[in-house]
Amino acid sequence: MNISALQKNKHLLLRAGFGANLSQIKDLESMPLADIWKNLSKDYPYQPLNVGEMIENIDYQQLSKLDADSKKAFRQQNRKKIIEINLKFLDQMVHSEDQLREKMTFFWNGHFATRVINSKFNLQLLNTIREKSLGNFGDLLRAVSQSPAMLQFLNNQQNKKDHPNENFAREVMELFTLGRGNYTEKDVQEGARAFTGWSFQKEGSFFERPNQHDFGPKTFLGKTGNFDGNDVLDIIINQKATAKFIVTKIYKFFVNDKVNPSIVDQLSQEFYASKYDIKKLMEAIFTSKWFYAEENIGAKIKSPIDLMAGMMRMLPMEIQRPENLIVYQKLLGQMLLYPPNVAGWPSGKSWIDSSTLMLRLQLPQIWSGLKPLELAPKNDDDIDMGMKTKQNYSKGLKNPGIVIDWEKVEDVFQAKNIKDCLLQKSSALLDKNIDQYSGSSVKSKVINVMSTPEYQMM
Amino acid sequence: MLLKRRDFLKISSLASATFMIPNFLQSMTLPEALDNKNRILVVLQLSGGNDGLNTIIPTRNDIYFREREMIAIKDSLKLTDEAGINPSLSYFKELYDSGELAVLNNVGYPHPDKSHFRSMDIWQSASKSDEFLETGWVGRYLDEACYNCDHPTQALEIDDMLSLALKGENKKAFAFKDPQRLYQTSQEKYFKSLSDAHTHEDETVDYLYQTMGSTINNAGYILEKSKAKASSETYPNSNLGKDFKNISALIKSDINTKVYYLSVGSFDTHVNQNQRQAQLFTEINEAVQAFVKDLKANGKFEDVLLMTFSEFGRRVSQNASKGTDHGTANQMFFVSGGLKKKGILNALPDLEKLNDGDLIYTEDFRKVYATVLKNWLGADSSKILGWKNGVYDFV
Repeated sequence: MNISALQKNKHLLLRAGFGANLSQIKDLESMPLADIWKNLSKDYPYQPLNVGEMIENIDYQQLSKLDADSKKAFRQQNRKKIIEINLKFLDQMVHSEDQLREKMTFFWNGHFATRVINSKFNLQLLNTIREKSLGNFGDLLRAVSQSPAMLQFLNNQQNKKDHPNENFAREVMELFTLGRGNYTEKDVQEGARAFTGWSFQKEGSFFERPNQHDFGPKTFLGKTGNFDGNDVLDIIINQKATAKFIVTKIYKFFVNDKVNPSIVDQLSQEFYASKYDIKKLMEAIFTSKWFYAEENIGAKIKSPIDLMAGMMRMLPMEIQRPENLIVYQKLLGQMLLYPPNVAGWPSGKSWIDSSTLMLRLQLPQIWSGLKPLELAPKNDDDIDMGMKTKQNYSKGLKNPGIVIDWEKVEDVFQAKNIKDCLLQKSSALLDKNIDQYSGSSVKSKVINVMSTPEYQMM
Repeated sequence: MLLKRRDFLKISSLASATFMIPNFLQSMTLPEALDNKNRILVVLQLSGGNDGLNTIIPTRNDIYFREREMIAIKDSLKLTDEAGINPSLSYFKELYDSGELAVLNNVGYPHPDKSHFRSMDIWQSASKSDEFLETGWVGRYLDEACYNCDHPTQALEIDDMLSLALKGENKKAFAFKDPQRLYQTSQEKYFKSLSDAHTHEDETVDYLYQTMGSTINNAGYILEKSKAKASSETYPNSNLGKDFKNISALIKSDINTKVYYLSVGSFDTHVNQNQRQAQLFTEINEAVQAFVKDLKANGKFEDVLLMTFSEFGRRVSQNASKGTDHGTANQMFFVSGGLKKKGILNALPDLEKLNDGDLIYTEDFRKVYATVLKNWLGADSSKILGWKNGVYDFV
């Protein structure tokens, strides 16, 4: 198979961002690949996400003293705020020009997976990640490790001299840096001692509590000294295994779930030599020849967020009830800011079961108002505190409140091969089917192309 | 008579097996093996963390009444000298009396997690608390049991979304709330035509087409089976009643389903617990009563095991809002006409020996899973769970 210029261009936009948007589609086939990368990798000014006034913070001791109604109110306010952050984040993916930053943020957000009820801490961590997503991995790791959201999520508040809690030290090594097999249980215990006292102030700034810190000597990954948390992070960053672990994960996310060992080795060495320069690593990937090889084109199953953001970029739409987008995130299995656990979202085929696939295939029709949504997501007790019944959910969800500007869509696609614009993989048989069911209508052709298994691939 | 190759193989291998096994072994092994074939497991998930101490009540325990002044259940139905059952579960008292209920107390796991989603993750994936699995225990059973099977309907979830519990490495169960709606969705002409026409060399795209084709085909299969022997028994008009009605219709058909999974909730009773719990228990009580009667009337109750669990129990002491907060160990119920041991299987939780106000588990939930997989479904539990510390003998 020959890879066309259009396919390569779409490939880059899909992987380094959330796909081409409608205006990019116009002359995508004639655009030089180098120009697209130049545009993606430009230094856009960093803007923190902002969702207006935040809820006043209270710490756990205060929270536990509140009566049930106030507790509930506190949780509900925070829940509402987190939904706002979620939707703002999704909105950035759809509308921001700085696509590479948003895609990297999406990646790191899944990598440093947290789930906390405090909306302020949530937003703070998300902005930390957004700011540093293309910078130095060591800086990013340190900033995340010192964020209240992560310290709280991994119980480091309970990590005290004489009563170490190993959760934080363990996950930092297992999931964030080294990966299993590159440290011992003893390293976990010694590492936990180094992190004792790592804590935060009520308003969210990092704070080391000296009377809870274990100042004794520790032996960690073969080195001995009176280490604190920063020393331990430095030692971890100095391990080549960390570079390899991160590069492998980035390769799987941005290139292919099936790893090419020699490429990953090469990239890992360069990443380590560059002292963990993330932007340089991404540049090496997206400007390489192998990235555009046939085996990598259309090889990944879109995550639910990739699917939704991609459709929203392609079909200009007005969303009357944006909070309904949360329902789709839940039903498709990926709700931003609510990863399934600290290991983040699984990927590839694990997105697909009979329910999620059928919903994916019907999504274009539902969002076009041709079909009602007849599914209700499961309850989430962490969020609802047992207050919500399932029936409440389905009320008002039948109508998505989405109005697509089909005129704009038709304008662009009129003169185009719609299938080539929207799919990375295809077949002659598929062509025949789509044509047969779409007739001459551009709108139904767009919907039908988006309703195929092939459209699930990126 | 025209025999399909599959059927022929089935018959011939059975026949040759019969010829080869010495008589005395035949009589020992065959009935057991055949028995397993008809057995069905129904898992009822009590989402939100059901309060076990107000489910099976330690009626003679002063600590219980002292710690739960506002919410202690004082009118429980007597099971033993020491234990009563919540009055809203009156039908379970009947099942207890007729030897069709077993209760295993104090089930949990080491280093319990008190977050709903994480603890549910642990229960559904059957992982250790510091381990993250991407597959569930029923899903891995499906990988084993449904290797090369015709209809991957060995496990079904009655819900719009498929739970982690039912996702395997290679096979995933079906989830649907209503067989009719599943069918309608899947029969769209365009999808059928796509599915019929596809030839794909790419492995991942092919996987999507296979999932699509299998959904289309099995939606029809499931609908057909669910209609085959519609229930004459009256079921309550609750969600759970409808779910159990769907399950019983399928059980009575000859569908190949071995595991049904459904959930009810939310049991997250931080506030005014007794009212909420009674309401949910009543829904369960009525639905299970109709279900068991239906199964009994059709001679299926010996082959069906209903098992309940919740992601955690609640703290021993009540909170300030007539509710309880997240706790640890909890009991599990087993309802069947085919129990080998019945009644209360082990000691009630020890309220004197607590860990920071929480029960200390004595029974590992993975041992329970291993028991139902091995003894009830005849599956290779150590392969599915990696559990090697024995099984219980209640089934």
